[in-house]
Amino acid sequence: MSALDQVIEAGDGALLSVPAGGRLRIVDLHGNQAVDTLFYDAHDIDNRYSAFDTIREQRAVYLTTGSRLISTRGDELGVISDDTCGRHDTVGGACSQESNVIRYGHHTRHLHACRQTFLTLGAHAGIGQRQLTHNVNFFMNVPVTPSGELTFADGLSAPGRYVEVTASRDILVLISNCPQINNPCNGWNPTPVQLLGWW
Amino acid sequence: MKHELPADAAWSVPVRAGRAITLTALADNANASVLIVGADRLDRLNIPDTLKSQMTARIHVGLVLMSDRGLALATVTESTLDWHDCLTGFLPSHLLLLELAKHGLGAADLHGGINFFTKVAVSSAAALSLVPGHATAGDSVTLRADQDLLVFVSTSAHPWATTPAGGVAVQIGTAEPGDPEGLRPEALRALELVR
Repeated sequence: MSALDQVIEAGDGALLSVPAGGRLRIVDLHGNQAVDTLFYDAHDIDNRYSAFDTIREQRAVYLTTGSRLISTRGDELGVISDDTCGRHDTVGGACSQESNVIRYGHHTRHLHACRQTFLTLGAHAGIGQRQLTHNVNFFMNVPVTPSGELTFADGLSAPGRYVEVTASRDILVLISNCPQINNPCNGWNPTPVQLLGWW
Repeated sequence: MKHELPADAAWSVPVRAGRAITLTALADNANASVLIVGADRLDRLNIPDTLKSQMTARIHVGLVLMSDRGLALATVTESTLDWHDCLTGFLPSHLLLLELAKHGLGAADLHGGINFFTKVAVSSAAALSLVPGHATAGDSVTLRADQDLLVFVSTSAHPWATTPAGGVAVQIGTAEPGDPEGLRPEALRALELVR
């Protein structure tokens, strides 16, 4: 019996409280979806996920099974304990109305974007603009090359693939199921994902 | 204005729009970890947005450094090195946290930063390793401020360094007129929004 079983539509999100030892599974129901996710120490939201501290600690860019999700204070917030996709991004950040304008032009100014979801749901936990940081993009494929280039490529995921995070302490998980329609990371077609939790 | 930071120091300096800030390595293997905050003291350098809009994973000449709100903060106009690390973060020293506190900022503002003069090589499988000897004394990089900035500089060694930290000179001066060549349309849009 799972503590959580919820489908999140594209463009929607979730704010979850996961206790230490709890397992959160995100299922890519239709394949190649991007699930923008932030992690916070539930008892101190300034002690939050840090993409670049996480990359440095594992000496590798992509996240997969065994990746420790490190906070700005160097604490382990969670560990990726299972992964049937194989590669997740934490360099590409979230989409926002502002970054959409920069990347795709002024006509995208009022499209829904992940930051809108983060701010809407985060407000319930005191998470505002200052508390938003560089997130994990589960199922997203953002290759970084030896020559120092960054590209957005077709996803490596497929329908039914999943990733699971085990909480190392009590954490808040802020999720935006990305509504982006302007790049190939989710096949120009954002789709629902399923959240399953055991704790 | 010119100031020489010793090794293992931290400092914050305001840079007015239209001025240039030049960092110069004073020793081989120096590292300058930098955080940038925009004119309203809330809008911070956003490394992921800077990288994905300009399709790069390193900091080099011809990039516009962009904020959380999609505005140009600064443009990299000159550099003797073609690679400055922005993927491996840094351990904020007590001195850097004190500099943040002086401006009412703190742990919540520890956003992605740039490790100027440091190169972290990327393997074909995207494993990372520090490139020793990347910077030598005299290497420099210049940013043009595209809005009023607050720039935090820490001269602690990169966490992977096996050599001691080095000093870094910070000079504020006149920016060269005109944009550097090769700016992408995304970079020009970020600049238009602050002009």
